[in-house]
Amino acid sequence: MAKQPIAVIGGGLGGLWATLRIVEDGFPVNLFSLFPVKRSHSCCAQGGINAVLDIKGQDDSVWQHIVDTIKGGDYLADQPPIKSLCEGAPGLIRTFDRMGVTFSRTPEGIMDQRLFGGVKNRRTCFAGATTGQQLLYAVDEQVRAHEAKGMVTKYEFWDFLSLVLDDEGDCRGLTAMDLNSMEVRAFPAGAVVLATGGLALTYGRSTMSSNSTGAPASQVYQQGAKFANGEFIQFHPTGIPGHDKNRLMSEACRGEGGRIWVPKKAGDTRDPLEIPEKERFYFLEEWYPAYGNTVPRDVASREVCRVVRHMGLGIGGKDLVYLDLTHLPRDFLETRLGGILEMYRTFVGEDPCERPMAIFPATHYSMGGLWVDFEKDERTGAMASVSPKNHATSIPGLYACGECDFAYHGANRLGANSLLSASFSGRVAGDAAVAYVKNFAKGGQELSESDYESERKRQDGINRTIIASDGNENTFALHHETGDLMRELVFVERSNDGLDRSLDELAKLKERSRNISLDDKGSWANQSLAWARQVQDMIVLAEVIAKCARQRDECRGSHYKAEFELKIPEGKFEGDPEYDEYKAQWKTNNDKWLKHTIVTHSEDGPQIEYKPVDTSILAPEKPRDYR
Amino acid sequence: MAKEIHVRIKRQAGPDAKSYWEEFKMPYESGHNCVSVLMYLREHPVNAKGEKVEPVVWESNCMEEVCGACAMIVNGTPRQACAALIDELQQPIVLEPLTKFPIVRDLQVDRQAMFDALLAVKAWVPIDGTQDIHRHAPLISPKEQDIRYLFSRCMSCGCCLEVCPQYRKDARFIGPAALGQVRLHNSHPTGGFFKEDRLHVLMEPGGIADCGNAQNCVKICPKDIPLTSAIGELGRQTTIQWLRDLFVK
Repeated sequence: MAKQPIAVIGGGLGGLWATLRIVEDGFPVNLFSLFPVKRSHSCCAQGGINAVLDIKGQDDSVWQHIVDTIKGGDYLADQPPIKSLCEGAPGLIRTFDRMGVTFSRTPEGIMDQRLFGGVKNRRTCFAGATTGQQLLYAVDEQVRAHEAKGMVTKYEFWDFLSLVLDDEGDCRGLTAMDLNSMEVRAFPAGAVVLATGGLALTYGRSTMSSNSTGAPASQVYQQGAKFANGEFIQFHPTGIPGHDKNRLMSEACRGEGGRIWVPKKAGDTRDPLEIPEKERFYFLEEWYPAYGNTVPRDVASREVCRVVRHMGLGIGGKDLVYLDLTHLPRDFLETRLGGILEMYRTFVGEDPCERPMAIFPATHYSMGGLWVDFEKDERTGAMASVSPKNHATSIPGLYACGECDFAYHGANRLGANSLLSASFSGRVAGDAAVAYVKNFAKGGQELSESDYESERKRQDGINRTIIASDGNENTFALHHETGDLMRELVFVERSNDGLDRSLDELAKLKERSRNISLDDKGSWANQSLAWARQVQDMIVLAEVIAKCARQRDECRGSHYKAEFELKIPEGKFEGDPEYDEYKAQWKTNNDKWLKHTIVTHSEDGPQIEYKPVDTSILAPEKPRDYR
Repeated sequence: MAKEIHVRIKRQAGPDAKSYWEEFKMPYESGHNCVSVLMYLREHPVNAKGEKVEPVVWESNCMEEVCGACAMIVNGTPRQACAALIDELQQPIVLEPLTKFPIVRDLQVDRQAMFDALLAVKAWVPIDGTQDIHRHAPLISPKEQDIRYLFSRCMSCGCCLEVCPQYRKDARFIGPAALGQVRLHNSHPTGGFFKEDRLHVLMEPGGIADCGNAQNCVKICPKDIPLTSAIGELGRQTTIQWLRDLFVK
């Protein structure tokens, strides 16, 4: 009997890695994507991918990568998967190299490595300034090789709508919509791997691609999958504000020596080039002498907001600070950062080698996502190398990998760890889905035709309702409003008052999103219809994010509430009584808050509970200290 | 400075529908590009005559000129719409879909042929599975690496095909984009294991001999990929392959 296909939703790094693993194990894959998979958002990652190769004589070690990742995430990620991630990284890089990725090379022809934020060693492999694009293309090509053999069937320009669940709540397939014919179809599947990326479009403008809505994750959450750590959203410190999106300047700018500053005098209107060195405030270098401009992203974002919103030192009184490369030689910059400099010139129309760039934090990455399990290998303390539990969501038969899951990054992601986690988790989820199908009692059997048909009809009905809806709301405007709200009240700095307000407003937006009227009611390539569904799903996720944030009364990683901040006493270190008292407070706070936020959908909104974090590898004994 | 942004868009309701022009005007703001303008217009879908119309359909994703989705013809030139800044364009700004591909709707076209071509030329490096074999790829000099990197940035946007006189709906020419990928993969130490297969595809009708040497592709490529030097190189490679096929059996 022919093997039942496994469905992979999303064709970025995670989805394509999962696809490769599944077909290598002999199972056919139905691969669904909103667009040709080669155009997935993974292509936007510029900087690089972390793996300990230790080629720079710095005694770098996998252990140090593990420690950096755990501490970078403020201890909020389960540690066995992190151990597997870091241990698996060099092998993953070797495979990428074999696939022909155009990694930048040293003079002797081996892969080069560079420095990235939150890390003291040169551990980041890169391919010019388009590492994500290069890695994505490599797996895209490998998947095409399997497509040629008939093992992969692509459904490009198809939108995932829902899971098909059986009476016991097990995932048995999915429904999806052809974005041209708008036909809704049900697809049986032995298992479903969701690799649908981030949700930053819930913030309106972000650094993400215009399809990174998080709608599929929202959809399965509404069908019962648990969501976790929604409050942890990374704001990239160096975004370039724009009408359509906030483009980002890679962290590599800081890694290669870029300096962040503001004029010392508030409201200084002089051209930046005319402001002498001594009248510039290099606040990161001053406040964090050890790391300087390469402090982790959350610290950088917060300090930029502090300098701008509390000290009033933003350029020309606006939400902007300088990111300056002009002291570095042009040749060096072109070699190391060529692609991203080209991007700045293209979209801003100025040369960053000549003039400092104006930047501000932008919504960038969701550490939170669908809750996924793992099986711990007691012998190694890491995640078991293959297990149907790995990357399994709370719905049996549904797997999640890449940015749409919550693993690895805890409360904050380190730079160049996302390409790594996307690829690695795709590999693990692909293996897990196969293990599940092989061991699953119902494996290979489809539900009856009518079970698929009833879910198909339900989804088709939602389309009809939206098309027929004759309300007074515009779905695109609603998205705008949701984004503005999130960027105002659920941003870098949060307060309980503000979050309460955001929840009230989101409830209204949710109501209004059901009272829309589409300007396109047609049945061919109707982008408004697909968008209207996604907006409804985004508002549900926005509510999850705001509710999680409201409940967590502490500061951890990217989640910051000033009223609960534990400040490191200035100038005090281990052994000073003030520092020891701070450390004791920090431990007490961990006892209370070092736990995953787990969210379950209900008709009354998100229901929240907490779950302990597996800290079996590195117990939180010492606070993060980047001074 | 202009007080408004004036756009003329070539529209078509579906593959078999008749095309027509529609004009739109919106308030001027600095920093707009063609996609941000389309985003504004879908939120305010009213044409210049003040009539409410169906929002314009187009394709876009990354908005950073790396995904290749939003290629269209802007003021007569095929390019990525996200990177076409309003302040640098003459108004009215004229937007048209690429003409070498079947229209889906309005500015969206079906570029599946580009991906089919990559499949036909085996544009991948053969590997024996994704498992770690505890070895890297063979060494690659920084110089060769730099050249390969130029080609590996091809995002399948289709601009080179749009301007190629030989690439037509009624002809078989595979087009410059796929040829660039053959150059890329043939030059890789292990990717070259398929070199012969790839060259044989290029020696068939629709292959490299169909290139008319117009050199438009290299001029239009948004990533400055040296497509014509790839084609030159492949011309030599196919000649050698032809001789080898003749004498080495």
